[in-house]
Amino acid sequence: MSMLLSIQDLKVAFRMGREGGEVRRSQAVKGVSFDIPENTTVALVGESGSGKSVTAMSILNLLPENAERSGRILFQGRDLLTTPRRELRALRGREIACVFQDPMSSLNPVFTVADQLVEPLMLHQGMTRRQALVRAEELLAEVGIPEPKRRLASYPHEMSGGQQQRVMIALALSCNPKLLIADEPTTALDVTIQRQVIDLLARLKQTHKMSMLFISHDLGVVGEIADRVVVMRHGEIREQADVAEIFHAPRDAYTKALLACRPSLSENPARLMVIDDHMAGRTAHDATGAHAKDPAAPVVLEARGLAKSFFFREGLFGKREFKAVKGVDFKLRKGHTLGIVGESGSGKTTMGLTLLRLHEPTSGEVMFDGRDLLRLSPRDWQAMRRRIQIVFQNPYASLNPRFTIAQTLVEPMEIHGIGASHAERLGRASALLVKVGLDDSALPKYPHEFSGGQRQRVAIARCLTLNPEVLVLDEAVSALDVSVQAQVLNLLKDLQDEFGLSYIFISHDLAVVKFISDEILVMQNGDVVEQADTASLMAAPRQDYTRRLLGAVPRGYQGPAGQPA
Amino acid sequence: MTAVTSSSPAGPRGQSVWSAAWRRLKSDRVGVASMIVVLLCLLLVIATGLGLFASDWQQEVGVPNAPPHFVGPAPPEAIGTIAQPKGPDVDLSDVDPLAPRYKEWAERALKYKTAAVARAETLPLGGDNLGRNVWKKALKGAQVSITVGVLASIVATLIGTLLGGVSGFFGGKVGDLLEWVYNVFTAMPSILLIFAFAVVFGRGVLPVVMILALTGWTGTYRLIRAEFMKHRVREYVRSAEAIGASRFSRMFKHILPNVSHVALVQLSLYVVSFIKYEVILSYLGLGVSVDQVSWGTMLSEAQSELLLGYWWQLAVVTVMMAVFVTAFSLFTDALRDALDPKLRGLE
Repeated sequence: MSMLLSIQDLKVAFRMGREGGEVRRSQAVKGVSFDIPENTTVALVGESGSGKSVTAMSILNLLPENAERSGRILFQGRDLLTTPRRELRALRGREIACVFQDPMSSLNPVFTVADQLVEPLMLHQGMTRRQALVRAEELLAEVGIPEPKRRLASYPHEMSGGQQQRVMIALALSCNPKLLIADEPTTALDVTIQRQVIDLLARLKQTHKMSMLFISHDLGVVGEIADRVVVMRHGEIREQADVAEIFHAPRDAYTKALLACRPSLSENPARLMVIDDHMAGRTAHDATGAHAKDPAAPVVLEARGLAKSFFFREGLFGKREFKAVKGVDFKLRKGHTLGIVGESGSGKTTMGLTLLRLHEPTSGEVMFDGRDLLRLSPRDWQAMRRRIQIVFQNPYASLNPRFTIAQTLVEPMEIHGIGASHAERLGRASALLVKVGLDDSALPKYPHEFSGGQRQRVAIARCLTLNPEVLVLDEAVSALDVSVQAQVLNLLKDLQDEFGLSYIFISHDLAVVKFISDEILVMQNGDVVEQADTASLMAAPRQDYTRRLLGAVPRGYQGPAGQPA
Repeated sequence: MTAVTSSSPAGPRGQSVWSAAWRRLKSDRVGVASMIVVLLCLLLVIATGLGLFASDWQQEVGVPNAPPHFVGPAPPEAIGTIAQPKGPDVDLSDVDPLAPRYKEWAERALKYKTAAVARAETLPLGGDNLGRNVWKKALKGAQVSITVGVLASIVATLIGTLLGGVSGFFGGKVGDLLEWVYNVFTAMPSILLIFAFAVVFGRGVLPVVMILALTGWTGTYRLIRAEFMKHRVREYVRSAEAIGASRFSRMFKHILPNVSHVALVQLSLYVVSFIKYEVILSYLGLGVSVDQVSWGTMLSEAQSELLLGYWWQLAVVTVMMAVFVTAFSLFTDALRDALDPKLRGLE
């Protein structure tokens, strides 16, 4: 088998401006070497900051201006680092094509699908417009878009995310490339769509006899598609091997840890492994033990017929109703976690925001401590607010960038008059920081000085300042790396045990929801499809939709010919 | 409990967004140079305002239209072409009814001392048509013009930020009402609007400030409104709402510091354009009152002088204005670069 692409000792550094006359550089890739044989899928796996995307983007020199590359990138024996710009441009699209993460921003919104597909065909293949249109239709059919002829005339916004990504793939395939670089192509998609796109990519690789460089943070996805896996961390390669070896006999401690700390559908640990612990040879310490929860614990929160509609203006006087949440009922018991799963657009986040009246509900009632939250007067609601709090998805956006951590933590206590003096509140804030695994040296700092996981800890600490009884966690770990995700999930479990908190855990990730929840609510298009306790839902889903969701979750490498490993 | 995560080993107090911006501004040479020029100009304005400089600008120290030193004194004018009359004077005392009193007047006149002021032939940068020192006049004019520019832009930014914040944050009916006000203000040609306000407010420094502020707030309003609409639904504002922060606190404590760079850059752009507007207003006779001087009144005087070949007043004012306005524009650019939300990646 001959090598299609061979990367040898690639180093990439970014110039970060001058300091004292010296150019400051940040080394993103520190000497990486691997090969992509013909007709093979190689996966680059790593957490954020591992340099996996930078490595892939340096192949076609799609890096920002301030990047400096050294080493060798041999494509069919030719060093791409020394290839002149003009020849490189001829290679792009024709020999090496790319698919990016977000199809919404990769397609030009002002051109139709036909316009965007025809351009590379005319440019690289020298086709006439008529020929190119015929070929474009074939391509759309090949990537599985129904009614390709009609779809050619549509604009990107008229298609769903999955269809957009299919168009991107068709675009990449248009010139029969020998190498397809797919940079997190399924990360922005729902699980069921992700499943379809992965299957499509695997099929196309076979029919087109091309190689693929597949970049992902998710070992589950990688296990299903890759032939070879390259694990990266901090700009270095930790391990590279065939996929079966990576999953069954990983040699590197980091690879082992990555495999161990992801919540899975098949196992049921009380705590998740944390990468650093695992690498240090410690096992997940089971401090509290998997003590069973009291199924008859008192109900703290009960929603009945909770609904939220948005209205759009239509015509001069008319308005159109969009029902985002169509009557949800549930009970939340003290110390329990209610998981809410669903794909994008299922109304799960809207429901969470409506519970806290961050959206005004359209109808329904939410009983909390015998009172209907949705009908409280502003004064009563303000007092009630401290008992129900929310943690948002994106820790980069949910902390005010102009507030120090101290200001962030003291503000809610000031509003609700907790603590007698500023000093007392500060003391409480630093005690809570220790609780969430930070220390009081964080107090005078600003959010941008912390990593995503640390920020999410601060956001959790801010909620805890108010001694809430119910915490709504809206995709609270979705934006975090696998290892950090494990830490935050463990932290949430610990806090629940310590304070008897009740969680409403909203997520699209079934494995995570399964790990943390006692009961699961499946939502689709604003409706509750299925509601059951975690064990029975996982074991025997009653609804078709739930089964589809469960079936779509990537399960990693399953051995040759689909045999369970 | 999980292991304590070590926080980043930065100093005891973190670097705020503003100190990061200051660090970037410092590394920009053009920015620093223009900032120094702007600061010097502002110091000069303050000093002039306190009467340390140019308080005697109204003294007529030179001959009318005295040229600058480096040009040299004006050549003596050729005196009239009418020939001197010849022959003896005619005695008019019998027909002049005032004749008997001439002597008395001459005696009384002797009681007063008349000192003929020696007027300078040339002045450092020339004189105007009354012989006033153009340099001092320009300094005094700078004080008025820059004060007007800075004050008016502060007021305009305040109005624009407040209304824009309210409109963007609340939206709905309040937003519609403010949009309507905005549309009324922008639908009229600005110079007509300025004339209308000028008629109401009269002349003087404060009226000019009010005129410019009331016509100029619309740009800031628009920008700040958009920023507030964007930030209102951001998660950090949502979480502030979730902890029970009031609307006022969300608007001014949470959102405003995050969008203040927009207002700040807009403010510095206003200073430049308002100085130019003040010049136009004074040139049209709607500016400061007649006993005051500004760059605009000087330019308007210079128009007629230029026809007679007295170019120095125009030159001095133009050079001063060009230096200040250019420096301020460059400073604004550097400021915008330093405060640019490229930083957002770090936030």
